[in-house]
Amino acid sequence: MVTNITNLGRSGLSDWLIQRVSAVVLALYALFVVAYLLFHPHLDYATWSGLFAQTWMRIFSLLAFISMAAHAWVGLWTVSTDYLKHTGVRFGFQAVVILAIFVFLVWGVQVLWGA
Amino acid sequence: MSNLQVSVYRYNPETDSAPYMQEFQIDTQGRDLMVLNILTMIKDQDSSMAFRRSCREGVCGSDGMNMNGTNGLACITPLSGVVKDNKLVLRPLPGLPVMRDLVVDMGLFYKQYERMQPYLQNDTAAPAIERLQSPEERDKLDGLYECILCACCSTSCPSFWWNPDKFVGPAGLLQAYRFLADSRDNATQARLAELEDPFSLFRCRGIMNCVAVCPKGLNPTRAIGKIREMLLSNAT
Repeated sequence: MVTNITNLGRSGLSDWLIQRVSAVVLALYALFVVAYLLFHPHLDYATWSGLFAQTWMRIFSLLAFISMAAHAWVGLWTVSTDYLKHTGVRFGFQAVVILAIFVFLVWGVQVLWGA
Repeated sequence: MSNLQVSVYRYNPETDSAPYMQEFQIDTQGRDLMVLNILTMIKDQDSSMAFRRSCREGVCGSDGMNMNGTNGLACITPLSGVVKDNKLVLRPLPGLPVMRDLVVDMGLFYKQYERMQPYLQNDTAAPAIERLQSPEERDKLDGLYECILCACCSTSCPSFWWNPDKFVGPAGLLQAYRFLADSRDNATQARLAELEDPFSLFRCRGIMNCVAVCPKGLNPTRAIGKIREMLLSNAT
C-alpha cells in the first residue's frame, strides 16, 4: 500500500472509476455538441443561447464541466507524479492545476447562469 | 550476409566514467544463431564482457536484455527475429541500475515481487494430505504460474520506469493475481487491500508493452484487469 494524500479520491480504485465515468460523460457531451452543430449549419446567436437557456442543457453542461474538472485533476495528478520527482515542484504544479480547474469551473457556472 | 555488426552497451563502474557502445564484427558463417551465441562469441574476443546466462533455453530467465530496442531472452531470440540491416544493438534491460555491461541490479524488481507475498496463504487447518482443487479451479492458474521472473515485461513498462518503488509492475501483478485466483489461498482481502492505492496497480495504463515482450507469451494486462474487476466487485 502506497500512501497518497493529493489524489482526488484517496484511492486508486475511486480515481480510476471517476476517470472512466467522467470520460463517458465528456464523450456524450462532445458527441451531442458536434451533432447539434452539424444539424444547425446556419446557427445564429438566438438559437445557440436558446439552447443554453433550457434547464436540461444547463444541467448537462454543468455535469460535463464537473466531469472535465475531475478528469483533468486525476489525469494531471498522474502526470505530475510520473514526471515531477521533486516534492516542492510537484506540489507547486498540483496547486497551480487545482487553482486553474477551480477558476474554470466557477467561470463555467457563471457563463451558464449569467446570461 | 558477411560479418554481423554488433553494438554492445559497455560500462564498468570501476574504470569507466560513463557508459559507451562498443562495436564488434561477428562472423556467423550464415547461420541463424541465437543472440546469446553472439554474446558468447563476443566474450571470446573480449573476456571483460559481462552478461548473465544460465540454462540457455528460456527457462531460467537470466539473460533478459534489450535487443534492437525490444526486451527478450537472448538465448531463445534468433538473429533472424531481431537483426535489421545486418546490425544488432544490445543494451541492458531499461530502467534498472546497471551494475556492469548487460548486468542490471534487479533489487527493485524483486522488492515489488516480494511485496505481493508470492506464496500460498491459508489460515484454516491443513488437511491430512493436501488441499484439493477441482480441474476447473486449477485451470484458472494457467497463464499465471509460468512466469520465470526475467523482468522483460516490467522493464519495458514506462509506469515501472517512472515509479519502480511504488508501481508493482506487470510481473509482480501477474503473480499477485496468480494467488488471488488460487482457490486454496484465502488471504484475498489483504492482497486486494495492498493494491487499491493509486500506484501499486492503478498506475498501469494498459499500453500492453508487457504482453508484447513476454518471452513466455503471458498476458499481465489481462491479469491486471482481473484484479481491477475483483477490487471493483469487492467495493461499495
